[in-house]
Amino acid sequence: MTMTFDRVSVTRGGRDVLRDITLTLSERRIGVIGDNGSGKSTFLRLFNGLQKPDTGTVRFGETTNDLRRHVGFVFQNPDNQIVYPMVEEDLAFGLKARKLSKAETETRIAETLDTLSISHLRSRLTHELSGGEKQLVALAGVLVTQPELIVFDEPTTLLDLRNKMRFMQVLVDLAQPAVVVSHDLDLLMGFERILYIDDGQIAADGAPETVIPAYRAARL
Amino acid sequence: MLTDLYIPGDSPLHRARPAWKLIGLFLFCTLVFVLSTPVVLALAFVVMALGYIRAGLSASHAFAAVRPALFVLAIIFAAQLWLDDLATATYVTLRFVVLLAAAGLVTYTTSASQFTEGLLSLLSRAPSWVPREKIALALSLVWRFIPMIRGQFEEVREAQRARGLDRNMVALLIPLIVRILKTADEVAEAIDARSLDDNPDA
Repeated sequence: MTMTFDRVSVTRGGRDVLRDITLTLSERRIGVIGDNGSGKSTFLRLFNGLQKPDTGTVRFGETTNDLRRHVGFVFQNPDNQIVYPMVEEDLAFGLKARKLSKAETETRIAETLDTLSISHLRSRLTHELSGGEKQLVALAGVLVTQPELIVFDEPTTLLDLRNKMRFMQVLVDLAQPAVVVSHDLDLLMGFERILYIDDGQIAADGAPETVIPAYRAARL
Repeated sequence: MLTDLYIPGDSPLHRARPAWKLIGLFLFCTLVFVLSTPVVLALAFVVMALGYIRAGLSASHAFAAVRPALFVLAIIFAAQLWLDDLATATYVTLRFVVLLAAAGLVTYTTSASQFTEGLLSLLSRAPSWVPREKIALALSLVWRFIPMIRGQFEEVREAQRARGLDRNMVALLIPLIVRILKTADEVAEAIDARSLDDNPDA
């Protein structure tokens, strides 16, 4: 499935946060890099409609509506994404709007937890989980809705090395295409395509082997 | 802590429909207040204690449900002692203890999602302008975020303690309120991201 940005601009408080972005994205793993305040997070929020473009259009396949039905969003801080006090309740929350039967909801929750090898967390209280476990539960809360594309906003920032390695493996194994905003350049090295956003524009676009060294060189 | 109160189990109280538990709690509290006699209070105590035993819970669980309110109970006791006498003060305070323990029993045996279901069920006959789903979600968020806000308070207090400002209410409250408001924004955005409607306000 292809995500298309056609002359997209976003303005906030009279400042151009994103300017005239035109892109077609169809790779399975896409990384987004750039300085703080460069427009990366705003760019990511366009994917599932959290941010509306002031001009231009964002399309998933052929549709410009219901982006949220197709695109899941994993936030930087899982504490702010997990809504219910118990893991299985939180996963069920994402399915409420989809009006599934109770049996189907149960099956989806079990399958999703199994996919991430966290079935043992099913009845745990979410505030008692470790940072790594919370991040996986937050991802499970998105995966359970079976999105066709998942976007991640700096998913490893709050993780220690062990949990970061585990999360990287989860990312490799993920069936869906993924777009990941990150300052962690190691995480993005195996990706197919990297977008470097600078001052609201795409400053570089290509393979990690070319874009990441260019970004490093520009900033060091 | 509120979210620590739910204790998974398979007792009849755990299995009972949440709406019935809420109605039962409401009736229990009303009766204890309306039939204001020591005999009724003693009976209420016995019913509450039997409930704890049937749910497989101990006296320490009941105490844990009452403990957060001990300070308020002490004020109520002192006020009644000043206004009336020792017997009245003891009776009024014990009545609140029984009610708190009864509410704790419902919380111990009802998970947040069951509680929400129960509330939705009770609101099913409410007029259409009552935002049932939003009320239920708000309640779930209270359940979820009390421990988180407590954690944030501890972090702020630690940070201010390092600066020698842990007794300064302004230094404690302002960073905490800023963090809570920021968290509220991010949580609202996360809920939007997990819903189906791209225009939730529409």
